[in-house]
Amino acid sequence: MKNRWRILQNKIFIKWLSISAITMMVLLLIFFITLFISSWPAIKANGIGFLWGKTWDPVSNHYGMYPFLIGTLITSFLSLLISAPFSIAAALFLGEYYPKGAIPNIFRNVIELLAAIPSVVYGFWGLYTVAPLVSKLELKMHLPAPGVGIFTASIVLSIMLIPYSVSLIRQVISMTPVSLKEAAYALGSTRAEVITRVIIPSNISGISAGFLLSLGRALGETMAVTILIGNSPEIPHNIFSPSYTMASVIANEFTEAVGDVYLSTLIEVGLLLFVVTTIINLIGRLIIKKVSFN
Amino acid sequence: MEGTILRTENLRVSFGATQVVKGINMEIAEKKVTAFMGPSGCGKTTILRAINRLHELTPEAKVEGNIFLHSENITEMEAMTVRRRVGMVFQRPNPFPTMSIYENVISGFTLNGIKLKTDEKNEIVEDALKKVALWEEVKDTLKRRATSLSGGQQQRLCLARAVAMKPEVILLDEPTSALDPLSTAKIEDLLYELKGNYTLVIVTHNMQQAARISDMTAFFYLGELLEYDDTKKVFTNPKNEKTQNYITGRFG
Amino acid sequence: MSPFEIRGLRGRRIRDRIFTAMVWSLTFSCLAVVFIILFYLFKMGIGSLTWALFTQGPKPVGEAGGGILNAIVGSLIVVALAAIIAIPIGISVGIYLADNRGRKLSDRVALAIDVLQGIPSIVIGIVIYIWIVKPTGKFSAYSGSIALAIMMLPPIIKNTEETLLLIPTTLKEASLALGASYFKTSMKVLLPAGIGGIFSGCIIGIARIAGEVAPLLFTAFGNPALTFNIGKPVDTIPKVIFTYASSPYDDWHRIAWGGSVILVSFIIILNTIIKIFESRWKVQF
Repeated sequence: MKNRWRILQNKIFIKWLSISAITMMVLLLIFFITLFISSWPAIKANGIGFLWGKTWDPVSNHYGMYPFLIGTLITSFLSLLISAPFSIAAALFLGEYYPKGAIPNIFRNVIELLAAIPSVVYGFWGLYTVAPLVSKLELKMHLPAPGVGIFTASIVLSIMLIPYSVSLIRQVISMTPVSLKEAAYALGSTRAEVITRVIIPSNISGISAGFLLSLGRALGETMAVTILIGNSPEIPHNIFSPSYTMASVIANEFTEAVGDVYLSTLIEVGLLLFVVTTIINLIGRLIIKKVSFN
Repeated sequence: MEGTILRTENLRVSFGATQVVKGINMEIAEKKVTAFMGPSGCGKTTILRAINRLHELTPEAKVEGNIFLHSENITEMEAMTVRRRVGMVFQRPNPFPTMSIYENVISGFTLNGIKLKTDEKNEIVEDALKKVALWEEVKDTLKRRATSLSGGQQQRLCLARAVAMKPEVILLDEPTSALDPLSTAKIEDLLYELKGNYTLVIVTHNMQQAARISDMTAFFYLGELLEYDDTKKVFTNPKNEKTQNYITGRFG
Repeated sequence: MSPFEIRGLRGRRIRDRIFTAMVWSLTFSCLAVVFIILFYLFKMGIGSLTWALFTQGPKPVGEAGGGILNAIVGSLIVVALAAIIAIPIGISVGIYLADNRGRKLSDRVALAIDVLQGIPSIVIGIVIYIWIVKPTGKFSAYSGSIALAIMMLPPIIKNTEETLLLIPTTLKEASLALGASYFKTSMKVLLPAGIGGIFSGCIIGIARIAGEVAPLLFTAFGNPALTFNIGKPVDTIPKVIFTYASSPYDDWHRIAWGGSVILVSFIIILNTIIKIFESRWKVQF
């Protein structure tokens, strides 16, 4: 009798494990299906022109995503651009200049503190420190000076990206075969030359993948950007203009959305965000996997 | 053979497309030590692990043929039941790291959900540890982590763990190859003493070990049983040329 | 002549020094930024860490004082519930992945988890809204917890899988050789051996969701009143920071800084626990 219970218990356990595993796949699938079905009314109503429609007018139910697309892309790419030199430098510092010892450990832990700060706190901090500075800059440049806008959001976003990109790039760089570096040094190269002519070129796909994954992160960032982007549905004139990102418009307008098409449109924006970040994420990880197996 | 406890019938094992064990028919004598020998890759460990059904952990492994324990076909029994009756000691000592010495010895029971009173448990632990000559060394430190013991002590602990279950057969897979000579000698003495009460099947690369402690020796080569006889006969007058070559060290 | 025009060894050495200087200064800027932000945070918020902050709920607009007790309790409830949901499932999937390497299903599940990890948190909020909030007609703490639980799963799963893979197979074999079932082997030998890494994974998951707002915007929503009812909407610390930061009231800003200090300190403490755990709790094999 006891034996039968043991065998049954075992079978249940094994079944439970595979069920929970399959549930992950099912979860993902239902995610996509739900988003798709719930945005269908909007897809029908807005059509394909939604992607380049320039006006966002909930009152007349006329929706165009172009301003948010621009806002999202500019903010994300700009933040990536700003953070890139810092991330690469820190990755080189921790990976090449001081790979071992107490100093890099401390540095690494300090940089990781940046990851401990939640998005909303970054936004809050940015509002009080970065925005006023940018406002002053805008005044000097004779531009309208709300302080908030693409530039401010990008600066804060770039800080948020640093711990993530540093760790990715450091991992990639650490996979450079030692023999490659030694060969370069043996030829009399300076450290800068080894880095710029050997290490970075040989890891360029991994580093690009690291940036790609960081881009994916940036695209999905919501809270800090919502606080700092200025929330303007107009197409931005320049990087100092207030703008809107896809994530921010959802965050701000979702709970106020009246009417099925309005809500459905916001869900459609969410669907696009989901698809784009997933594609970027998958490509990035694929590249890193390929690079790791070499 | 008189007093057979284990019998294999056309035992074959393959991993994917490779046939590693090719039709073994042999009988293992009860309460004796049988040594499995042969060069690397000859299949001796594979046969050993087929007895306690460990190949089921490897998806590509396929075990065919029958193995009988007394008269029961253990290739068709529930694997867990087989393993409770057949104990195993592995090449590297593997006591459970999160358990104490005491808990390790009794782990066969706790892991099988067998509830025992504290007195019964104490008795089993003391008995098993005495049988492996470990009792005097650890009796005051039974609650310490098992990993605090030396390699040789850990292996004796693993033997105690197997012995505590009073198995009908104990399988040993190169039990001393990871140990220093002193611990090896201690364990060999133990095995020699245990054989009065237990059937031992030991895979070994160490010919002197086989010659010292085993009663019967089986020589395997490329998945086949080439020679199987009294240890003395196999070592002094082997019938097969390959056995001769192996013993005299012509190939390893 | 610029350094880039100087040819020969001297030029190369100069360029090397400039490069090194750039790497150093950029790296140190990163460190400086950390200190600037944390310093500013604590400077602004330390004064708000009054007894009232922790024990009182929000006061109506216009009235001075008040605290975020409702949000503190809300955070604890939402996070705890999310952990209760995510940890058993996460560990189970982790066990599955560790024991079924190479199988097609494993690869597909691993892919699904990779994708799940990259989904923007606000999108997760949207889906939970559609699944739970809309049908039930109301915002609730538990819907927020479900959204957060989904976010917690990838780190728990990954850490469990990696930890279990580090355990030598011989341990599993020793347990099975004694006749133990796979179930008992997992529960009494493998999980205990891997408890350090698994625990770290859970803490990482908690640290990840403690500061999240986006998925809660349309699930847990918010609630100025103190409530222990998981069926009711609830405020969390990061959510009130968002609400108060976006408001024009100085008083609320003050409270938001206090909340920020509490939140950041909590997450830093969690990260420290993880680090200590990973260095101390190493089971010898």
